[in-house]
Amino acid sequence: MCKGARGWAGLLLLVASLAYAIDRPLNFGDPAQQARYEALLHELRCLVCQNQTLADSEADLAQDLRGEVYRMVSAQMDDPAIIAFMVKRYGDFVLYRPPVQRTTVSLWYAPAFLLVIMVLVWRRVQQASALALQTPLTAQEQARLASIMASGTAASKTPEA
Amino acid sequence: MKYLAPVAIFGVLLVVLWVGLKLDPHYVPSPLIDHPAPEFSLSALDDANHVLTKTSFHGRPIVLNVWSSWCSACRTEHPLLVALSRDTAIEIVGLNYKDTREDAQRNLADHGNPYRQNIFDPAGKLGLDLGVYGVPETFVIDAEGVIRHKQVGPLTPEIWQQEIAPLLAKLKGRPGV
Repeated sequence: MCKGARGWAGLLLLVASLAYAIDRPLNFGDPAQQARYEALLHELRCLVCQNQTLADSEADLAQDLRGEVYRMVSAQMDDPAIIAFMVKRYGDFVLYRPPVQRTTVSLWYAPAFLLVIMVLVWRRVQQASALALQTPLTAQEQARLASIMASGTAASKTPEA
Repeated sequence: MKYLAPVAIFGVLLVVLWVGLKLDPHYVPSPLIDHPAPEFSLSALDDANHVLTKTSFHGRPIVLNVWSSWCSACRTEHPLLVALSRDTAIEIVGLNYKDTREDAQRNLADHGNPYRQNIFDPAGKLGLDLGVYGVPETFVIDAEGVIRHKQVGPLTPEIWQQEIAPLLAKLKGRPGV
C-alpha cells in the first residue's frame, strides 16, 4: 500500500519534471502573439525526434527552431511566411500536416478509398446472402434437408432411449 | 481460384513492408538540392578577423563538411576526411557548427586538420539556413555555389566512392568552369 503510494508519487514527480524540462522561457507580452507562437510550435516537426512537434521536443535543434519561430513572430511575420521559412530549409517533412501533392496523394486519400472498397464488398456479401435466402430449394436440396432433420431428431432421441 | 485475391493481397503487402523495412526513416530529402547555397558572412575558425562569404568558395566545387568538437559521430568520419585531404584536388571546407574556437582548434590539433578552410558558426546560423539537423552532414557545392548533394551522418569510404567522388568528377569535368 505504502509502496504503491510511493510509486505513484515517484511517477508524478517524473511527469512533473519532464513537463518542467521542456523550457518555455519565451514569453510574449501580447497574448495574441503568444497564441500564434504556441500554435506554430504544434504545426512544426522536430527533425531529430521525428514524432514530436517543436512544442514537445527537448532536442537542441528544437530549442533553436523555437527560438527562430519566436524571433519571426516577434518580427510580425505572418504564419505562411514562417512556415515557408521552415519548409525552405527542412522540406515538407517539417510540417506535421503534409500538403496534398503527388507524393502524398495515397497518404491522404487511401483511407477513403479503402472505406469505399470495404462498403462495396460488404454490400456484395449482403446481396449474395439475401439472394440465397430468397431462392427456393430444389427438390434434391429439399430431400437432403429432410434427411438431415430426420437424422437430427433421431440423434437427439437416442440418449433417452 | 477462391484464394487468388487473398494471396495476391498478401503478396503485395509483403513486398510493400519488405521495401519499407529497408528505408531509413531518419533520411529527410533536402529541399536545397539544386538550389543556391544560402548567403552568409562569418569569420574563419583560425582568424576572427578573416570574414568568409559564399563567394569565397566560388569558382571550384567544394565539399562542405558540417562538424563540431562535441559531435561523436564526427570523430568516426574524421580519419577518412584527413585521408581524403591529402589529395589536393579535393577541397574540403569545414563548417564548425555551434562550437567554441578553443574546442574546435584543439580538436583539429589533436586529430589532424582535413579542412582547407573552416567557417566558424557558433550560433548555428548558417547551419539553420542549410537545414542541418544532425551533425555530421556533408554537402557538395558546385563552382557556382549551387548545392548538388547532401549526406546526413558520417561519411564512409563506400559513400565517398559511390556518391561523392563521381559527382565531384562530373562537376570538375564540366567545361567553362
